Amino acid sequence: MRRRSLLKTAALLPVLAPLGARVVSAMPAAEAMTPALIEAAKKEGKVSYYTAMDLSVAEPMARAFEAKFPGIKVAVERSGAERVFNRIAQEMASKIARADVVNSSDAAHFIAWKREGWLAPYVPQDVAQDVPAEMVDPDGLYYNQRTHLSAIAYNTKLVAPADAPKGFMDLLDPKYSGKMVKGHPGYSGTIMTATQQLSRELGWSYFEKLSKQKVLQVQSATEPPKRIEAGERAIAVDGSDYLFWMAKERGSPIEVVFAVEGTPQISNPMGVFKTAPNPNAARLMVSWIMSAEGQKFIVDLSGQYPANKRVKQKAGRPALSSIKLLREEPAVVVEKADQIKAQYAKYFKV
Amino acid sequence: MTRTLDLSRPLMVAVVALLVVMIVLPMGWLVVYAFSDKAGNPTLANFVTLFTDPDFVDPLVTTLIIAFSTSAACCAIAAPLGWLVARTDMPLRRTFRVLVMASLVTPPFVGAIAWEMLAAPNSGLLNQVWRILTGAPPDEALFDIYTLPGLIFVIACYTFPYVFILVANALDRMPGELEDASSMLGAGTWATARRITIPLALPTLAAGALIAFLQALNIFGSPAILAIPAGFNTLTTKIWSLFAFPPKPELAAASALPLLVLTVALLRAQSLVLGKRGYAVLGGKYGAPRVVRLGGLRLPATALAIFILSLPLFLPYAALLNTAFSPVSSQFVTPETFTLRNVFFTFRELSSTLPAMENTFILATLSATIGAVLSLLIAYVVARQAIRGWRVLDFLATAPLAIPGIVLGVGLFLAYTRPPLTLYGTLWILLIAFVTIELPAAYQQVRSAFHSVHPELEEAGRMLGATRLRTLWDITGPLLRASAIATWCFVFVGVIRELSAAVILFTSETKVVAVLIFDLKESGDVGAIAVLSLTIVVITTVVITVANGLRVGRDSVRLRAVT
Repeated sequence: MRRRSLLKTAALLPVLAPLGARVVSAMPAAEAMTPALIEAAKKEGKVSYYTAMDLSVAEPMARAFEAKFPGIKVAVERSGAERVFNRIAQEMASKIARADVVNSSDAAHFIAWKREGWLAPYVPQDVAQDVPAEMVDPDGLYYNQRTHLSAIAYNTKLVAPADAPKGFMDLLDPKYSGKMVKGHPGYSGTIMTATQQLSRELGWSYFEKLSKQKVLQVQSATEPPKRIEAGERAIAVDGSDYLFWMAKERGSPIEVVFAVEGTPQISNPMGVFKTAPNPNAARLMVSWIMSAEGQKFIVDLSGQYPANKRVKQKAGRPALSSIKLLREEPAVVVEKADQIKAQYAKYFKV
Repeated sequence: MTRTLDLSRPLMVAVVALLVVMIVLPMGWLVVYAFSDKAGNPTLANFVTLFTDPDFVDPLVTTLIIAFSTSAACCAIAAPLGWLVARTDMPLRRTFRVLVMASLVTPPFVGAIAWEMLAAPNSGLLNQVWRILTGAPPDEALFDIYTLPGLIFVIACYTFPYVFILVANALDRMPGELEDASSMLGAGTWATARRITIPLALPTLAAGALIAFLQALNIFGSPAILAIPAGFNTLTTKIWSLFAFPPKPELAAASALPLLVLTVALLRAQSLVLGKRGYAVLGGKYGAPRVVRLGGLRLPATALAIFILSLPLFLPYAALLNTAFSPVSSQFVTPETFTLRNVFFTFRELSSTLPAMENTFILATLSATIGAVLSLLIAYVVARQAIRGWRVLDFLATAPLAIPGIVLGVGLFLAYTRPPLTLYGTLWILLIAFVTIELPAAYQQVRSAFHSVHPELEEAGRMLGATRLRTLWDITGPLLRASAIATWCFVFVGVIRELSAAVILFTSETKVVAVLIFDLKESGDVGAIAVLSLTIVVITTVVITVANGLRVGRDSVRLRAVT
């Protein structure tokens, strides 16, 4: 079973480098988007991109890549990061190599995949030059593609700004009972990452109390924004911030709240699989996404925070430095993910 | 009689081998896994967990509540409607009958999503209308679909057609003489109904109740859509969650066994209790059934029928259409808000749409063709008792009835993710799953048709020197054409509706539309779901209409429910 081998590896290597730490660096030489790479990629003609990014961003990005490199078709395989993780584990266990480029909203997944030896070392030139070192795996197996937040938000038609919650503890107020919607850490990497941070900061008792507030439980972190936009619930306990902003920017009555306790930060690493059936197209896609052009596409469309220093964040969005952020701990998540899911299920029953 | 050896024997051996691959192997692995621990040693620990851990006991109890309630609800809806359509002069009764059958084209999980659009407590369209009409405050809701009754309601909406078809068909075939005798002896219309019609229809209703029970017991799609927001699990959603990382196939197999055992036991009990008695009046030729004149009740009856049909059909499709062309699913489409954005997204941006459609229709066509041919072969062998061991074939072709889709999915996953047949990751494993799931219904349909073809015709062919296959092809086949096409359509629709096995067995390149819709649901992309659902329903309807156009004769399609 896949899990056993994961556990065994973990036992053999008790001290693993956390994201960003320099131990024995095996960073491969950075590679440019050479005509040879483009040619080889076109010969393959397709690439599969496993991601948890909302389809409203991922699919247009894929189409932009196709337009830039005609002849290469991108198949976007989108589902919640935890389900992407399951799917890849199931496919790899059955020796089905389908994944080319993988991108997850649960950074811990890359630690697990690195342990399994499933990731291919590849560092695009733009990553070497313009991505902060702490966002790059020291062995060049993965790097942060973009950062987003798991924010609180509310529908201003259903909650007056004066009545809106200021933070997580406010959500436990009985007046919000039955008015909230929230994503699930068993499906969403964003929520898994956020749940670990919040259980650390606020204790599990916060979740226990929250579970008594008649919260509408949905799966992906991309759904709460759609639910409050539709008016199904007034307040989103969590959810991908960029979708709240995108809804607000197209005129929906949405307001984002950065909790007084701090807002969970979600990095979204990306890497190429060793078993990639289309290795060149995979490298080309990763290179393009990490280039200023690819990063600008993501930023312009969604306003997520770019990893590439040469690209500015979207105008009108708050600077990350202006927000009280919670610390990410993928190295903890990778060990505790099962415990977190079980604990969560104990309170929320699903 | 001695039979000369012809091609038919090797073919029959191949059919048996195929059935073993389809059924025996997956179920064997299922049992092995259920009684193994992670290291593969024999254990009963999985069952101890299953029956003591509240994480498993609660879903088990919930599932039973759902199954009983759905069964009762289906009978309560289907019996009066079936009677109105079959035995009264209610206007539009033929149309109603066709529409109930048409509602079967709707995949149940699509129905569940459509009912979310209608009856989510705040954004649901029906609740919005209710608030507008009554001036109720924004927090109040008439309906809440995210509840156990809500789920039972949605399952019943897409299960009652099976009961309805059974009841209506039985009432069609019930001899008019008995009722005539009753009225000649002075009993009024209602007394006759009470004393003759209802008792005669009861065994059929019991069979219908059982089918509804089994459907509700084993359904995956609707609970997966509604149970998570409602905060509970059913056994099928629990089994599915056991495939999350790290997968626990042993526990999944153990949880699947109660479904399997219960289903087998109920089917067995049905045949013991009802036996042939239930259909004793169905043989031979009788007078046409009497038509009850409703008189002043005609309009209320029509209204009732329209109301019932609005639940699985009119309302959900109105909601899907609204969502498909609306920027936000909770807004009513107006000329100002009308948008083609969802259509554009689904067909121009969403990269899974076309591959998933292609996979779905390839699988549906192949499964329907293989299913129809396989059922014809098996039904032929069984009806003519053509080879020794025909009983085994009969059993194997009926057995999948007792295997819930998700259980078969788990079994196939366990059996074919390993050598020698590593089929996981290919369309083959889905093809096996779909053919297996649909085989019993297809087989039963063809088997009953075979009884109408007299063996003498075939014997004549054989005497004139034709091989068994040749006779089958030249004589029996054409006579069974209408039935074969109906079977083909039945399987085709069944595959489009299927989610429970596919959700276990798909990989990124073998995704079907049902799984794509399920994935889109996870991220809340209901606009694309509406467009996709409407598209597959339209295509399915066209395919069925065309297929029916190929039939000779005037007999109508009978999407016969399985008994």
